[in-house]
Amino acid sequence: MSKLPEMINKHHEEIRADWLKQMSTAVRRADLISNEELESQSRELMDAIASGARSGELTNLDGPAWGQARDTLGAISTSRAKQGFSTSETATFVLSLKQPIFNAVRRENPSDPAALFDDIWKSTQLIDKLALITADAFQASREKFIARQQEELMELSTPVVKLWDGILALPIIGTLDSARTQVVMESLLQAVVQTNSRVAIIDITGVPTVDTLVAQHLLKTITAARLMGADCIISGVRPQIAQTIVHLGIDLAGVITKAKLSDAFALALQRTGQVVTKVNGDNAGKRTLLRREE
Amino acid sequence: MKSAKQETVPIATSSDVVMARQKVRQWAIEMKFTLVDQTKLVTAASELARNALEHGKGGHMVIEQVENSVKNGLKLVFEDRGPGISDVDAALRDGFTTGGGMGLGLGGSKRLVNDFQIESEPGKGTRVTVVRWK
Ligand SMILES: Nc1ncnc2c1ncn2[C@@H]1O[C@H](COP(=O)(O)OP(=O)(O)OP(=O)(O)O)[C@@H](O)[C@H]1O
Ligand SMILES: [Mg+2]
Repeated sequence: MSKLPEMINKHHEEIRADWLKQMSTAVRRADLISNEELESQSRELMDAIASGARSGELTNLDGPAWGQARDTLGAISTSRAKQGFSTSETATFVLSLKQPIFNAVRRENPSDPAALFDDIWKSTQLIDKLALITADAFQASREKFIARQQEELMELSTPVVKLWDGILALPIIGTLDSARTQVVMESLLQAVVQTNSRVAIIDITGVPTVDTLVAQHLLKTITAARLMGADCIISGVRPQIAQTIVHLGIDLAGVITKAKLSDAFALALQRTGQVVTKVNGDNAGKRTLLRREE
Repeated sequence: MKSAKQETVPIATSSDVVMARQKVRQWAIEMKFTLVDQTKLVTAASELARNALEHGKGGHMVIEQVENSVKNGLKLVFEDRGPGISDVDAALRDGFTTGGGMGLGLGGSKRLVNDFQIESEPGKGTRVTVVRWK
């Protein structure tokens, strides 16, 4: 039976000190991670490895004995992914444990080459496995991170802006697919409630194609907003889009549409009782509006 | 009717539908269709590609520039190996849908083009061929 598990458990403090020394001379990305963090991460990982090694199992790391090590590597990977480390830099953190462990193995087996070779072989396999676990966890958390960024981007690209008291505007840019509609609808409804708005202008100037699916999504959004007490005006209906909508046979009878955002805005002001200020007069008021929109 | 050139676009995912629209727009622009005609072609393509994906379990679109003795046209063929349409007349009727749609895609795209032809065999698949002339 190999003495390696016992050796790791007994000497893990020395191994760790050696490891930290190695890291301080190798590429360390001091720009991304502090000494304290590195110190505490190496301590956690070394403790977890020692506790795994105590089980005597060094080849199969799927069991409960190595659970702590897997969790620790997962947590380290997640924080490295956020800090902007690359996959290889993160794996190198674990792989750089090899040299310190080899050093310890050599000290333990000064006169037994067979045992020395055996332990080195086993510890190589062990560290490689730990590095693989790290790379997998790193990849997974990067993917999660990217998916979240995409979601955030989607929200950013459909900003609801408050144009005026009680008037919201929602410029839609790009394709209005089902996932997008969900986001659009949610942010609009939330804004309607938050700002207590009575009119929402949905501007579709940036939507390249309005087919039956897009129309259905728009109508759903309008219905939902209406249930929350806000009327919608669709603006940015270009002539070619208007024609296509008619040919498709889409019934927009219950929906107010305007060619330009400025027209929709003027109507919205009127609807919320804000169009005429007696002091400036009607025309002056309209000029201000137009300037605002541009 | 002789064909000058053609291109095939797969329709297997919803991003392929976006791609199909973009291809049709490119071709329509290249052939100098008016903005209104471009929009009609792209919208019809969007409907038919989505039908091939959603009802026909995916397939492909062939874009082809065609000409007869007097004019040029853009021909689009949508082909899938889905369940087919048992009653084409019913499917073409506005408001008819077996899904959750508006039931306007098929009839609507027919109104957006000049030539429109459906061949469908239940259990075998569907082929919709449309042409818009300049
Ligand atoms: N390629 C196809 N394969 C099988 N069935 C089809 C195909 N295309 C259309 N259909 C049938 O015809 C019906 C009508 O199609 P249509 O495109 O008009 O409406 P829809 O797709 O249901 O809704 P939408 O208005 O969003 O297009 C569909 O519900 C479907 O049953
Ligand atoms: Mg359809």
